[in-house]
Amino acid sequence: MDYLHPSPKLWRLRQVQLATVAVPVVLLATVLGALSSASAAAAAFLATLAATAAAAVSLRRRVLSWGYAEREDDLVVTRGVLVQRITVVPYGRMQFLDVTAGPFERSFGLATVQLHTAAAASDARIPGLAAAEAARLRDRLALLGEARAAGL
Amino acid sequence: MSEELPSSWARLHPLSPLARAGAALVAVLLVAGPRQLLGEGIDGTRAVLDAVVAGVVLATGAVSWLVTRWRVSEGELQLELGLLRRQSLRVPLVRLQAVDVVRPLAARLLGLSELRLVLAGSGSGKARLSFLAHGRAMQVRAQLLAVGAGLHETTPEATEQPLTRVPNARLIASALVGPPAVLVALVVPVLVVLAVVEPSSVGPVLTSLATAGFGAFAVVLRRLNVEMSFTIADAPDGLRLRSGLLQTRAETIPAGRVQGVRLVEPLLWRPFGWCRLEVDVAQQREHEVGEEDVQQLSSALLPVGTREQADALLALVLPGASTRPPPGAQPPRRARFKAPLSYRRLAAWCTEDHLVGRTGRLEVRTVVVPLAKAQSIRWSQGPLQRRLRLVTVHVDTAGRRWSVAARDRDEDDADDLLVRLPDLARTARLR
Repeated sequence: MDYLHPSPKLWRLRQVQLATVAVPVVLLATVLGALSSASAAAAAFLATLAATAAAAVSLRRRVLSWGYAEREDDLVVTRGVLVQRITVVPYGRMQFLDVTAGPFERSFGLATVQLHTAAAASDARIPGLAAAEAARLRDRLALLGEARAAGL
Repeated sequence: MSEELPSSWARLHPLSPLARAGAALVAVLLVAGPRQLLGEGIDGTRAVLDAVVAGVVLATGAVSWLVTRWRVSEGELQLELGLLRRQSLRVPLVRLQAVDVVRPLAARLLGLSELRLVLAGSGSGKARLSFLAHGRAMQVRAQLLAVGAGLHETTPEATEQPLTRVPNARLIASALVGPPAVLVALVVPVLVVLAVVEPSSVGPVLTSLATAGFGAFAVVLRRLNVEMSFTIADAPDGLRLRSGLLQTRAETIPAGRVQGVRLVEPLLWRPFGWCRLEVDVAQQREHEVGEEDVQQLSSALLPVGTREQADALLALVLPGASTRPPPGAQPPRRARFKAPLSYRRLAAWCTEDHLVGRTGRLEVRTVVVPLAKAQSIRWSQGPLQRRLRLVTVHVDTAGRRWSVAARDRDEDDADDLLVRLPDLARTARLR
């Protein structure tokens, strides 16, 4: 199946999000290490840096794992690295659509589209869509949902 | 002679506050009564205090009765309630799924009944008439249902056909063959050993055990209170369940709203060949504190019965469904590395209309979901499953209790399911 992927900006967004957490942590650990000795400071710096790098790799893989495909009758969303998931939601089962954009996402011109069905477990979410693509997807899904609406 | 539905505002039964305060009043009396009689003689201030508490309970009930009015007009049940926060409820009777009859102990003693209107939407917990005289309540119920079905309100209720009655002896036995039996089996040897080794310690240990035993016993009693005298009848609008020891309840499982059925076979029941059939319906009753037992009841279609009875009922709720796995329903042998304890129970199979998944370690649970109700289909593979080339496929429904899962299938099997299930669900929905 040919999946569409979130905007490449999603990776930049994740980098910024990681940096806002990692930079203070690295600095704090280094300063705390420096209070006891220089080697402790170096060790703390290297350890936190390594943890940041590992987090970056895992985030990168997770960003790349997102994909979605609009088929004739349903939307398919795939995600996950450790636990891989594929969710199929028939358009007719959509109860409502959510388009959200947090402060980080907004500054990158991104948005998250989420589909809700009557089942709590079916969670079809596509983060990091360019605003125009999010709007297109929202309108198309709303249209298709209306055309194929089915009761409970 | 049957009375008509009120077209102008009417009050509920004047004894309603008493019935509603029933449990609270009994509690007050239980605390206050003995204290008055056995305590330090008649204590003036205490008596006044107790009287005030009882009075407040009754007065709140009386006020709530005074401000509650109902009528039926233009095909709607209109209900006004609340003193400080006035609330006006309009229930379009066309949307009515069923009307349940609930009779708590106090209400039964007073000859009253509560009617609960079951609707598909959420927040319908307030749509209830509590309380009406029992005979009148049954009339109103039939009339509301008739109006909801677009008939004249004097149309008599469709006759129902009794199906099964669960013998009380079996219910009691099945409740005892469970946690209480395990408790006894664990405790008795310990006590015997203690009595031999250290006879003097038996007394204190026994008293502390009695407390634990009391808890287990209370669970059993609560279950019996809900499920005693369980009968099932087939009516045109669905299955009608009646049960209850102190508080009785008659409810309807609306046909065509069943989101899933579960067959449970606990380990200790297996020698007797018993099982339990539960049903999941897409109705969101408002969850209220102290109503859990009632909530639980709405899940049991057959609290305890033979496999044949369960199969017959299942065929009635989900025609064509079966809980007996066909050949090839087992996952591949390598799945035992992923699920060593439940491997023997694991099975899943898909027919044109249903997906069935079986799992469980000590307790075997088989969930049947009609594909016509599928809300979404999920394919998921964890790290261990990836090593073993296994995949779990879920089908979610609007039910709140469980979703069905085809656990640890072979990858090719699962991919095939993921392709076929959406199509099957679509055709099942259109049928």
